[in-house]
Amino acid sequence: MTQAYNSLKQQALAHQRQAASRPRVRVGTALCGFAAGGKEVAEAFRQQALGLGISATVSEVGCLGLCYAEPLVDIQLPGGPRVFYGNVGPEEVRGLVDAHIRGGQPQWDRALAVIGSSFDAYATALDDLDMMQGQVRIALRNAGHNAPADLEEYIATGGYAGLDRALSGMTPQQVQEQVAASGLRGRGGAAFPTGAKWRFLTGSPGPTKYILCNCEEGDPGAFNDKGILESDPHTLVEGMVLAGYATGASDGVIFIRHGHDGPIERAKKALEDAYRAGLLGKNILGSGFSFNAEVALVGESYVSGEETALMEAVEGKRAMPRFRPPFPAAYGVWGKPSNINNIKTLAYVPEIVSRGGAWFASVGTERSKGTAILCLSGAIQRPGMMEVPMGMTLRQALEGLAGGVPGGKKLKLLQTGGPLGGVLGADQLDIPMDFDAMARAGAILGSGGIIVADESACAVDLTRLLMAFCQYESCGKCFPCRLGMTHMVEILERICRFQGAPSDLQLLEQVGASMAAGSLCGHGQLGFNPVRSALRSFGDEFKAHIEGKRCPAGVCTGEYLTPCRSRR
Amino acid sequence: MLSEGVTLRAAIRQVLQSHRDGAATILSSLLALEDALGYIPPEGIEEVAELTHTTTNDVWGVASFYPNFRFDPPCEHTIEVCWGPTCHLLGAPAVVKEVLDALGLANEGDTPDRSITFKFNTCLGACAQAPVMALDHHLYGRLTPRAARGRVEALKGSPAHRR
Ligand SMILES: Cc1cc2nc3c(=O)[nH]c(=O)nc-3n(C[C@H](O)[C@H](O)[C@H](O)COP(=O)(O)O)c2cc1C
Ligand code: SF4
Ligand code: FES
Repeated sequence: MTQAYNSLKQQALAHQRQAASRPRVRVGTALCGFAAGGKEVAEAFRQQALGLGISATVSEVGCLGLCYAEPLVDIQLPGGPRVFYGNVGPEEVRGLVDAHIRGGQPQWDRALAVIGSSFDAYATALDDLDMMQGQVRIALRNAGHNAPADLEEYIATGGYAGLDRALSGMTPQQVQEQVAASGLRGRGGAAFPTGAKWRFLTGSPGPTKYILCNCEEGDPGAFNDKGILESDPHTLVEGMVLAGYATGASDGVIFIRHGHDGPIERAKKALEDAYRAGLLGKNILGSGFSFNAEVALVGESYVSGEETALMEAVEGKRAMPRFRPPFPAAYGVWGKPSNINNIKTLAYVPEIVSRGGAWFASVGTERSKGTAILCLSGAIQRPGMMEVPMGMTLRQALEGLAGGVPGGKKLKLLQTGGPLGGVLGADQLDIPMDFDAMARAGAILGSGGIIVADESACAVDLTRLLMAFCQYESCGKCFPCRLGMTHMVEILERICRFQGAPSDLQLLEQVGASMAAGSLCGHGQLGFNPVRSALRSFGDEFKAHIEGKRCPAGVCTGEYLTPCRSRR
Repeated sequence: MLSEGVTLRAAIRQVLQSHRDGAATILSSLLALEDALGYIPPEGIEEVAELTHTTTNDVWGVASFYPNFRFDPPCEHTIEVCWGPTCHLLGAPAVVKEVLDALGLANEGDTPDRSITFKFNTCLGACAQAPVMALDHHLYGRLTPRAARGRVEALKGSPAHRR
């Protein structure tokens, strides 16, 4: 252990001991908690505690993943159990403060769950909640538990131990070997082996080399990147410094979409605190290794998540993809060698270094190691975020953990891996979630977003919407994508207005084929996926719209308001 | 915001000066201006070109690419409604309709009295609480058309929002 880390750790533990002597209230205020009213609940706790003269710590924490229970609150008295209350409204806060904090009486009949082994008789243990069954939390290990902007809490719970281990006793080569041995593959969509990617950068000449962290997360339905940023930003910072050490890089850039204020603020605070503690900057932990990092914001643009478009945006230009070669490892941002990883990929690295590549590789399947971080939303009983071992079936996650489709309705389709991913029918639920099995089924695991639609949805209408998104977001650099998307939206709109012709299905195929063949980046190349996969599983529904002039689900009315690129 | 007696150009220079940490790019400068002023005036384009040693043409090229930017002074409030697939499936179209109706608008844009701007958003990141909208960057989820209308009515006539 480095001396510098040891003293940080002692400080952090002392801070934690002191904090533990006061009651603590945690309130989820990540984007999902925010939208459910979490900020108002946190404020109510602060006001009530103040009003009653109670000295309690009110922490706004990130996302435990139980989004269905937001606003989610947990209260812990010194030495006592952590008692979770779900769906708390501001009007209930006074009662909770009075009874639980002042009176010392947890409200067991109101509790959702508890952490504290001798209290299982009073409420369900947190890990025994259906939504937690079978989860293996590596990247999300601190999410919803630690105060995200609190460096000391991160260190007290084992944070930066991986970095300390690497800097005090491992060569860059050895760090890279552990990452290679872990079998980690990129979580940004393409599932490229991370160890191999890092080797490319290692071989490139310095001294200035970049590690870019992609938190653009433009996929609608995915919120795990923002979830990690908001819940545990130091995991990312630590992963990034480790990536820098392993590859000999000098600079890091965390790339986030402008407008998501919560994730941006927490990432910036984490960087500031890391600098102040000597975990970033010159001579990190006294090891002689130096690494700088900053946050770069991008305007609204889905394609800016593509790795070369991202580099253009970091340079302040239009987010339009570059031609490759040269590849980023040779000529990246500002012309310097660069490596791009998704935030989830980097968030695994601290634990891989701490616990060893073999440990990580023991989770998951033969060719997809580790966990899948899923975001479930739509027609589902318990929407939320979960981290499960690769290889779990979709059915297990959707029906077991998330409780299936509510209201006695039947599941109709899943939209996975972002708009370019594709849709799966209800008969494909037994697919194990790993990169290759999902790809064989014609979908992708991608960013981990899974949107569930029940039988009240119309597959044609949803396809129209997905293509409208793709059209809206085409960067416009190459015409097969720019015009092809526009053409496909026109065709799908007329099918939804019952004005389609039988030849329209072939026309869609033709346009899709030219887009796949003639587009520069994945956006155009994969842009036909939503249509292709919907035609495969729901061909009859398209036929009903075209030949029968009717919408079996009763959704399409010919009236819809959807933005299009022409507004720009 | 602009304080009394400061010219627009001086205010722009001040914003750009304070954002010069690290490498100031066209995009980072424009985002800083948008945050501070709520829009990009022509003088802003000129100043960014000067700061980044580029042409006004280069700056327009970037400003016109990203839908973040507006080029006339902002309204007092902004409403963003999510049209992402999760929100769509769980009822966003009815919410959009109701909100537009409450504003007297037919599509994206500003109300005639310039008090409220309506925008679509591709995903507000709170999909688990769909349908979602943001009023002056405050998120509200699990919306019904009725609840959405209530929020919009309450926003009308409330004090102007400043970031
Ligand atoms: C149109 C398009 C959008 C993309 N958007 C993202 C994104 O939002 N986040 C992301 O991590 N990767 C995105 N990617 C993938 C990146 O290009 C890149 O493969 C990834 O960031 C690499 O990280 P990884 O190796 O950790 O997976 C996108 C790709 C394309 C073609
Ligand atoms: S395929 Fe589409 S998004 Fe990609 S570079 Fe071409 S026009 Fe832009
Ligand atoms: S789809 Fe509406 S918030 Fe994500």
